[in-house]
Amino acid sequence: MGIVIVDGQEIEVGEHERLNGIQVARRIGVEIPHYCWHPGLSVVASCRMCLVETGTRAPDTGKITMLPKLVPACQTPAKDGTVFVTNSKLVQDQRARVEEDLLIDHPIDCPICDKAGECLLQDYHFEHGQSERRADLRPFTSRRREMGDTVTLFVDRCVMCTRCVRFTREVSQTSELLVIHRGSHEEIDVFPGYPLDNKLSGNVVDLCPVGALGDKDFLYKQRVWFMKQHDGVCAGCSTGCSISIEENQDAVYRLKPRENPFINKWWMCDDGRYGYKHIHSPDRQIEPRRRRAAAGATTTASVPTASANGGISVADYANIEWSEIPSALLASLRAAIGGQSGALAAVLSPHLTVEEAYLLAKLARTLDPQAYIALGPVPVIGQDESYPQAFTIHAEKCPNRMGVAAVVAHFAGGHHTWDDFLARMETGALKAAWVSGGYRTPWIDEPTAARFAGLQALVVQDLFDSPLWRRATFQLPGAGFAERSGSYVNFAHRLQSFGWAIRPPAGAQVEGRLFWQLLGRRGLYDPRAVLNEIAGEIPYFAVAMDPVPKVGVDLRINQLAGTTS
Amino acid sequence: MSSFEPVLMANMALPDSHTLRVYESTGGYQALRRAIKELTPVQVIDAVKASNLRGRGGAGFPTGLKWTFLPKDHPGPIYMCINADESEPGTFNNRYLMELDPHQVIEGIILSSYATRATTAYIYLRYEYPLSWKRLQAALDECYAAGLLGKNILGSEFSLDVYLHKGAAAYICGEETGLIESLEGKRAWPRIKPPFPAIEGLFRKPTVVNNIETVACVTQIMARGVEWFKSIGVPSDPNNPRDPGSYGPKLYCLSGHVNNPGCYEAPLGITCRQLIDEYGGGVWKGRKGKAAIPGGISMGLFTEPEFDTPLDFAGPGKVGCLGLGTAAVVVLDETVSMVDFLHNSCRFFQHESCGQCTPCREGTAWALAMLNRIRAGKGRLRDLDLLLEIGDTIGIIPGTTICGLADGAAWPIKNAIRKFRGEFEDYIKRTNPHGYAVTEPVLALPVLAGAH
Repeated sequence: MGIVIVDGQEIEVGEHERLNGIQVARRIGVEIPHYCWHPGLSVVASCRMCLVETGTRAPDTGKITMLPKLVPACQTPAKDGTVFVTNSKLVQDQRARVEEDLLIDHPIDCPICDKAGECLLQDYHFEHGQSERRADLRPFTSRRREMGDTVTLFVDRCVMCTRCVRFTREVSQTSELLVIHRGSHEEIDVFPGYPLDNKLSGNVVDLCPVGALGDKDFLYKQRVWFMKQHDGVCAGCSTGCSISIEENQDAVYRLKPRENPFINKWWMCDDGRYGYKHIHSPDRQIEPRRRRAAAGATTTASVPTASANGGISVADYANIEWSEIPSALLASLRAAIGGQSGALAAVLSPHLTVEEAYLLAKLARTLDPQAYIALGPVPVIGQDESYPQAFTIHAEKCPNRMGVAAVVAHFAGGHHTWDDFLARMETGALKAAWVSGGYRTPWIDEPTAARFAGLQALVVQDLFDSPLWRRATFQLPGAGFAERSGSYVNFAHRLQSFGWAIRPPAGAQVEGRLFWQLLGRRGLYDPRAVLNEIAGEIPYFAVAMDPVPKVGVDLRINQLAGTTS
Repeated sequence: MSSFEPVLMANMALPDSHTLRVYESTGGYQALRRAIKELTPVQVIDAVKASNLRGRGGAGFPTGLKWTFLPKDHPGPIYMCINADESEPGTFNNRYLMELDPHQVIEGIILSSYATRATTAYIYLRYEYPLSWKRLQAALDECYAAGLLGKNILGSEFSLDVYLHKGAAAYICGEETGLIESLEGKRAWPRIKPPFPAIEGLFRKPTVVNNIETVACVTQIMARGVEWFKSIGVPSDPNNPRDPGSYGPKLYCLSGHVNNPGCYEAPLGITCRQLIDEYGGGVWKGRKGKAAIPGGISMGLFTEPEFDTPLDFAGPGKVGCLGLGTAAVVVLDETVSMVDFLHNSCRFFQHESCGQCTPCREGTAWALAMLNRIRAGKGRLRDLDLLLEIGDTIGIIPGTTICGLADGAAWPIKNAIRKFRGEFEDYIKRTNPHGYAVTEPVLALPVLAGAH
């Protein structure tokens, strides 16, 4: 325990807390401006924007002795008795001078700069700068240089904070970026022939406090002030990085990492960052359809009429209104089951949220108390890639295997996998199946789809066309990750809840909403209410009964408690 | 001339003064033999501490005190770095030592390493000194052959390796942490302190960085005794308990507009005028002096009346200069334009700023740009105030930079404009008679093509 004084206010800091001046001042809402300091990188104290006055208070006499000069707050530890003054004339004048210095060579091309609106140079100049430009010296230049496939550099906008250089050295540990030249001629660059090319490259754009490093994917697509930020969870792999989904009018423009010390710290990988495009793919299925009953056919899914290219033609299907679906769907499933116990199967995709998986299992059990519940295929691509200073990019390319598997285990009393489900189908016990998809890459091949031939009713919810989609009795366009709300459980049992960021395209229906409706529940789909229900029913999720913090909650806390009691 | 007998330069006039044979013939390495045989490392440190030897590299920090900052009982290795990156404009005394008496330097290195228990020493040599490189390497080879370096020096337990490292000609590598970074193979960006090098320096191990002339003085202190050393120079100011005094001989570099430029050894505390008149033979061509740089360009300027300031560690500070620096006196005669002087100075620091801290990187460039504009006949009186503001706000003294380079850049600006303001104003009024009083920038609004 210690007392730190910031601008006359006393702040308590814990004994083992190692905070600097910037961090401790934040606790009383004082923001000390800074460019080069970042909590995830080493301290260089070179931008000199965070200069403050410091001193110490003698523990016995209480007398405060100030240092006769300015010191960087980022480099000054906040210990018991440390005094920070962040608003004196000396400090404010120096901030104005640093702002003035940084703008000497800056092109001030805010109107065409992507960073405008979220630029620290703008913000700090507004807050700390001076209105007059005294350094009326040089003609502005504005040069652009490619750093790699994902990042471009606007050379003259750079303030030489070296955050990006330190990131590639300390976090990605690939060291592509460096400082060339010296003094006021300094620039960020890459070695010839060695572009910025690593799985974490996009983070340097987030780190850049000004508009120097630009994300080529986002470049000139949208002004930042038009976008709204939504807390989300990356669905790219089972790491489940906390992200911010930035959208405008139901179009996602970029994903940004959201600080989460338990998962992704401040970073995210490029696979996840640029992995949202499938939700805006023109190939997405956006019309719910029902197979036309073929005359004389007893099994709906068995004999698709082959068209010239081997698939079934759209003509075999009729569009159906979402309002008609509940009754038609339930009637079709009931007819297929025919009151036979254990004739229905529900395949819960690892792309579903915990709530959706639970509701689908509930729905299946409502229709058939012995319904077979299984986990959908778990996509594994490549191998885990570990970045020790950041996180591991997992080969398991779905966000919620842990959560859905727990739901499956609860309902099925064991781990029913996709292969178990296929084997079950072989026995002929199944008459109807509900398969949820949501995969962003092709996930089922024709031979596997052909094994569904014996079913009388097949409901497929998916984003894209697939061999299975073409055998469905009901084709139900589902939602992408940014359109869902609910909770995911990542590889390390951490449950994170999130709301939807955009609405699904007209014609697609978020899975959870449909299940909610089919179960006859009243009002709007409420994932939080469902999670409460789950937490009460499934011990694995018990800890989620309490509000889930932004950084998620570790479900194992409950398991540990369970083992001791 | 005084009765002072040169010590550091005593051997330099001898033929082949750079060889081990000549050095030993004048009593060289006797101090080392005695120290290793009779003294413990702590006794050597105590002797250097008692002598009040202050670092000759520029900052004048007490050497013995610096050595005591090393952690006690450190398992090692402890590194000794010898700063021979002598790049302060006007300074060449290290070069004399390295070229003409390298063994005096090496003996000092061995003694200092013995005292600090360093087992490896690096000499960081300025790139532009090829002869120093050759002579130092030859001297090191001689020492290894004679058992003065390497394993179990002179049969003792003490071992030391000395490596000669050539820099790549950057001024910032003379800053001690910049030197360490450069020696580690990185960009020479000075480190933030703490931790200081004595705790965490080269390769993150305790490190001492000493100047060439400092270690030469260590040799002489161990050879001639503390009493001898303290008999030379200026005692500490009794009114200032923190003043360790300015003891010992000093190699003054005298250059510029004097009749006999060169490196002269004199007791600390001689005045600038003594140095110019007695050693340098007066200002050249019968002209009068106008100003002098007291200790390398970064220390600022003496005006002619200030030539009577004693050149000890405390003297130049009393007339508004930064300090003694490297004791490199550059004399400017009455024909020199202060605008040109300041332009040259700003050009140097703009070129040599490492570019890490914003105030120095941008401030030095801005100052040069303003000087360029003044010399191009477009100066304004307001520029002088801006220059002074830059000078007053960059450096470690106001706290706005990591290292002292910016202080060095600031002092010539501050001294030149404050001490010669009239000349600057006259220059601006003469060269820019119509615009000198403009205080606000008038920006021409560009016509926007196609604007509507």
